[in-house]
This record gives sequence, C-alpha cells and structure tokens, in this order.
Amino acid sequence: MNNSNGYILRYAAIMVIIAAALLSSAAMLLKPFQERNMAIEKMGGILDAAGINGISTKEMIKSFNNYVTEEVVINQDGKVVEEYKDGPKESGKAFSLGLKEQFYNKSQGKPYELPLYILSNEGKTIYIIPMLGTGLWGPIWGNIALKDDLNTVVGVYFDHKGETPGLGAEITTDKFKKQFVGKKIFDDKGNFTSIEVVKGGAKKLPKNMQIHGVDAISGGTITSKGVDAMLKNVLESYLPYFKELRKNK
Amino acid sequence: MSAETKEREPLFSAKNMKLVTKPLNMDNPITVQVLGICSALAVTAKLKPAIVMSISVMVVLAASNVVVSLLRNGIPQRIRIIVQLVVIATMVILVDQVLKAFVYDISKQLSVFVGLIITNCILMGRLEAFAMGNKPWPAFLDGIGNALGYGLILVIIAFFRELLGSGTLFDFRVIPQSFYDLGYKNNGLMILPPMALITVGVIIWIQRNRNRDLIEK
Repeated sequence: MNNSNGYILRYAAIMVIIAAALLSSAAMLLKPFQERNMAIEKMGGILDAAGINGISTKEMIKSFNNYVTEEVVINQDGKVVEEYKDGPKESGKAFSLGLKEQFYNKSQGKPYELPLYILSNEGKTIYIIPMLGTGLWGPIWGNIALKDDLNTVVGVYFDHKGETPGLGAEITTDKFKKQFVGKKIFDDKGNFTSIEVVKGGAKKLPKNMQIHGVDAISGGTITSKGVDAMLKNVLESYLPYFKELRKNK
Repeated sequence: MSAETKEREPLFSAKNMKLVTKPLNMDNPITVQVLGICSALAVTAKLKPAIVMSISVMVVLAASNVVVSLLRNGIPQRIRIIVQLVVIATMVILVDQVLKAFVYDISKQLSVFVGLIITNCILMGRLEAFAMGNKPWPAFLDGIGNALGYGLILVIIAFFRELLGSGTLFDFRVIPQSFYDLGYKNNGLMILPPMALITVGVIIWIQRNRNRDLIEK
C-alpha cells in the first residue's frame, strides 16, 4: 500500500518542501552571524599581511579601524575613484568590493575597480593589496603588504577554499608566508618582476633574481603555481596606480 | 534509569552497548566493512582535520540515523535511497551553516570535508542496513558506534602520517631538531594518499592476524 505512485509522489513533494523550508530558514537566520564572521576574517587577513596578528575576534573591528587610515578604490587606468578616510572602515566601498567580479570584468576587457588599504603601523605606511586566484580544487586568495617604496614586501597572507591539507593548504602556514618578507616586486631598473614561486626552491634562480623568488611547496605544485599566477596577475593590475603615485611623489 | 524504562528494554542494555562497541573492532566500518575509505585517505595527512571529520561524521550519522529510523515505516520502498540522501544532505548543510555562524574557525577546518560527508559510504550504508529496520534509540547508538569505529581508524592513520610525514602531532613539533641535524628527514611519501592506503592495509593485516574469525575462508 506504501508503493502506489500517488503516495510516492506526495511523499517526495512533502519531503522536498520540508527540507527546503528548513534549509532556507536556517540560512536566513544565520546569515548575519556568518557575514560578520566573514568580515572579521577579512580584517584579520588584512592585518596579518601587515604583520599585525594575535588579535582576538572580539577586538578585531576596533583594531582594524585603528590601523587602517585610508581605503582607496582605483580604476583600470590607475586613477583614484574613491578615497575613504572617515567613518567605520568596514563600510567603505573598498571593503565591500567583490574581487571576483572585478577580475572577471578585467578578463572581459571591461572597466574595473580595485581596492587598496593604507595602514599605519608604528609610524610606517603600509600598502595592502587584496589578491584572488585559483588553486588546485578551488579559489585561493590573500593579501600582500608593501612598504611605502611600493617595492619591498612587508608580509603576505594566504587562504584557500579547499586545498589539500598537508600539501597545497601549506600556503597558509607561517613557514611559507615568511619567505615573502623583504622580497621585492621590481628589479633594480624598475621593471616589474612579481614574486616567483619556484618549484625546487628559489636557489635554482640566478643570483640576481633570488630576491624575487620563494620556494614552492613539494606535493603542492598546482597550488604553488596558482599563488605564482595570482601574484603576477593582481600586482600587474596595480602597476598603473603605482606609476601615478610615484609621479606625484 | 527511571521506572518507566525498566519494564521495556533498558537504555544501555548489553545488546544496545554492543551496537557501540562492535564497530570499534569486529565490525569496523573501514577495516571490516571497507566503507568510507575515500575520506580515510583524504583527510588523514594531519591529526586535527581527521578528528574534526570524525566528530562531524558522528553528528551527521547519529542524527540522520534517528531521523530515518523515525520515518522508517512511511518511507516508500522505491525511493528510499533518495529519501536517505535528502536526510543526509540536509543534516550536512545544517551542521555546516551552524558551524559557520558560531564556530567559524572549525568550519574553516572542515571546508572540503563537509562535502565528503555526504559521499561517505558509511552513512548510506548504516541508514540502509540499520536505521531502516530499527527503533530510533538503537539507531542512534549504531550511528555513534560506527562513527567511533571510523574515527578510531582515522586517528590511527593520521597519527602515523603526521608523525612520519611532517614530524609533528597536532602541528606541534615532536621530532627534535637534533634528529634533523643528524640527517633525519621527514618521509614525504607519508603525506601523499598512497601511503594512507598502505597504512589502512597494515591495520587490516594486524587486525585479522589477531582476530582469526575475520579471515575469509
């Protein structure tokens, strides 16, 4: 009696409606909490790249507002679209700008806008550039912090959606991130070199290039290549802005 | 136990406790039933994800076992697998959403593994083989037991893989620097999936060597 087509159809329909109602109400109810967590995580990543870490989740919004002095949005020609100094930093345009959309516009040859954070830590100005790229299983992202010469790296921060633990996921470890400190993204002549993630180690590069290279992760080749491409691709998009900034100095 | 449960079968009767203890050894989901091998290979490079995965599987398996057991008399035979899948998928998404809202750090650890729970054969296997034909309380215990048996093997594999592959346990360095200075090297093969499979094989070998009953004639 439980096997008539009518019963099966009714059963399936009711089951699906209950499951859908349950899931969508859970998603709606929990969304504000989740978004807050994500914003806090984003702030943590920005501060971490600048070498400021160990801030608890509760203090994060306050510290972020203390350290960040300015949020800038630039366009594809390196022109400043918006400078945001006053008001809570988490509601600035730069903070809510979706990188995915902007890089998609870039790949389509459309106009795009990019965010940039200017921090002040112990009297030093630090420029922070958010990055987005692809790893082996999904997106990878992070931030790179530059000194006010716009060349020397202060620090980096990486995160990922689902790289393999112990292999690709090692890009988030201090051991990998520390390698970037002090590296340079321009050579002596002022040409853009990015920072190369070298399989087999930065030692394999010629002597004068070693300042532009770090060691890749063994077993995480595709993720390492992803990091390499992400650095190149993102930093390249900021070159026009760097040029403008240097001209004005 | 209160008086009302006395006349029925006690909650923790010997028969019920067997549901929890049997999967730990004689009826282990990984080494005897050979279910859930894929995730056992994927998440055991480090101890921490292995443990987080085991706990999540336990929550999802126990909860879906109870739900399916409650529904067991109404589920149409012909679409029972689909019903089971919907229950599992709903549970997994709910767990994921709650973790994301309240314990964000752990949810980040879980990221990939949440998807893996849905595809974990142990869940479908237990729902089909046990929850469809038993009352909610035994089904709950069966879920806990099987998740424990699964977690036990995961932790054993992750222990050896992290120790020999990375020289750490829970990300703390346990092999002293002096060993490395003397020329000791981490075995890079241990962090790759093939060695996880070999470790599972060794565990099965040891277990069958001790329990002769498990050897197929």
